[in-house]
Amino acid sequence: MKRFLAFVKKEFYHILRDVRTLLILFGMPIVQILLFGYAITNEIKDAKIAILDHAHDPVTAKIKDKILSSGYFELYANLQNESEIEKVFKEGKVKQVLIFSMDFAQNFEGGKQANVKIIADATDPNTANSLINYTASIIGDFQNSMNENTGNVMVVPEVRMRYNPNLKGVYFFVPGLITIILMLVSAMMTSISITREKEIGTMEVLLASPMKPYQIILAKVIPYFILAFINAVVILLLGYYVFGVPIKGQLVFLLLTCMLFIVMALSLGILISTITKTQQTALLISLMGLMLPTILLSGFIFPVENMPVALQLISNIIPAKWFIIIIKAIMLKGSNIFFLWKEILILIVFTLVFISFSVKKFKIRLN
Amino acid sequence: MLPIIFFMPVIQLLILSFAADYEIKSLKLFIVDQDHSNTSRLLHSKFQSTGYFKIVDIDDNIANGELALENNKADILLEIPPDLGKNLIREGKQKIQLIINGIDGAKAGISMIYVSQIIADFNRELIQLNAMPQAGLTLPRTNYRIDVNFSNWYNPELNYQTFMVPGILVLLITMIGAFLSSMNIVREKEIGTIEQINVTPIHKYEFIIGKLLPFWLLALVELTIGLIVAKIIFDLPFVGNILVIYGFAGIYLLLILGMGLLISTLTNTQQQAMFISWFFLVIFILMSGLFTAIVNMPVWAQKVTLLNPVRYFIEVVRMVLLKGSGFQEISSHLLIVFSYSVVLISLAVWRYRKNS
Repeated sequence: MKRFLAFVKKEFYHILRDVRTLLILFGMPIVQILLFGYAITNEIKDAKIAILDHAHDPVTAKIKDKILSSGYFELYANLQNESEIEKVFKEGKVKQVLIFSMDFAQNFEGGKQANVKIIADATDPNTANSLINYTASIIGDFQNSMNENTGNVMVVPEVRMRYNPNLKGVYFFVPGLITIILMLVSAMMTSISITREKEIGTMEVLLASPMKPYQIILAKVIPYFILAFINAVVILLLGYYVFGVPIKGQLVFLLLTCMLFIVMALSLGILISTITKTQQTALLISLMGLMLPTILLSGFIFPVENMPVALQLISNIIPAKWFIIIIKAIMLKGSNIFFLWKEILILIVFTLVFISFSVKKFKIRLN
Repeated sequence: MLPIIFFMPVIQLLILSFAADYEIKSLKLFIVDQDHSNTSRLLHSKFQSTGYFKIVDIDDNIANGELALENNKADILLEIPPDLGKNLIREGKQKIQLIINGIDGAKAGISMIYVSQIIADFNRELIQLNAMPQAGLTLPRTNYRIDVNFSNWYNPELNYQTFMVPGILVLLITMIGAFLSSMNIVREKEIGTIEQINVTPIHKYEFIIGKLLPFWLLALVELTIGLIVAKIIFDLPFVGNILVIYGFAGIYLLLILGMGLLISTLTNTQQQAMFISWFFLVIFILMSGLFTAIVNMPVWAQKVTLLNPVRYFIEVVRMVLLKGSGFQEISSHLLIVFSYSVVLISLAVWRYRKNS
């Protein structure tokens, strides 16, 4: 036991002496959370548009005013003729161009159809679609307000946002961020650390010692467990105090599920290390085979339900996907274990599978 | 290792391009209808006919609706109060409740827009159904009509892949360039073979070029493979001249490799090199306009992205492939990336000493 603790201490020293890595390990989540909280968002505001108004009448002026004061749009330029449209798109200056026909007011007042044309730069189809919808909806509102209403026969929707009343983007990203960082620290670092010993040659020396293989691996893994856990707590604290991301569910439950995920990721890291010989390979497999699919298919950034069915099926074997469901549910909805037992069971199964594979591969190697 | 370098990016490209989709395909709507009148049924059909919403259930028990919201079986809960139809005619304005799952802010925002469009449409129809000309009063003026006609340029089918694939290509090339180059040189340091190279008469410059040139070529080969895959599988439009892209890529790669070299001079182990590269790469990728648009960022963040090389490459690739921009239109991007790469490489070469 004393031997084992000595090994654990040695591993800690290894990690703590590598200041650069440590800095990045702790600095990265902080930077990412700040980025996600302050800089990155999917919500559109102040999108630059250009307007080509052939009519220049009071009606178009009112409509333009309504559009520009909505907060979604910002006027980049008033165009003079059609030929300028191509130029302003090609230079990437505006996302949308609005064209009012020459006889707009005449048609409008005369009860005829008045024409507005929206040209969207659809290189980013999502933004284009959203902008068109916003514009159409503002114009629709204007039209409705001009049309009178007898007896106020109308339905007024009262909209309430559940779980995230102010629509803060951070709510969406913080749970995923925790997942990614835990995966990074646990799986990637563990696999690289173990592989490094193999590559440099010191693993042979360790194996020749009276320490059992599982003790060596365990000693390597414990510091990363603690590191990952501290990281998770830091992110949670930052999210809560700086951005107000709530923790509606029970804190202990949340931390326990985090630990479960860390253990799962560690076992995955060990598995990777049993099949690689060099650090570069371990890195490439962790990065390309693990991190990228995790980021893309787990529901962290892109909703799983938008993906083609084949990818949705694949996402089921990515452990991070289940953890993101768990963590979002606990933090934002306050769910308890009765809602989440299925996902928790899946994570446990993953862990057992990884561990048993690692043990098998390791034994073979020793032979 | 070689198969990994070639196959992994291609697989990533395929997966990424199919997965990366922000398009809101269908919003799951749960209707709690406590009215059961013609009016409420009209409201159902309005929501159904747009195609944006998928009605997952119609119930008269609010608790079931709340459960569906909590289980992610529904995104939006519409609560129609009892006697809505009757009260509309008797009292006029009536309120209905909509509860939207706000965790995904962008999705919630779009839901609100769709909902308001549908309600406006519904109200219009209500007026037409209920307007009764009373003695002496004229019919309400309901004939203001604005026709909004829209067209999408450069990507008429609103194909999201057309938007993502070029950006993903850039991502992969950058990753390969940055990681492999930095780790490669540090590996020599870690294993110890760099000492042996340092005592040979080879010049610093010859060594650096020798180390980086293979990766420069490798990255360009990857770019080619990626473009072929993009054309064949995704039918990506190639409106502009590909040579423009290669030209830009050649210079951009100098920048990335220079960065890798610089990192390798600052680190002693492969793990450190990997981590520092990873750190910068993640920031660059997140702020590059690939996953979220730069215009959505606050002004200070947009200024910071001016230092981000990935942002320029992504813009250039999209502009050339989709809009057909040529060397002239991207000249400012080219200049910036060129100066940037000169600075980085000089810095890296200066820091690299043969006898450290």
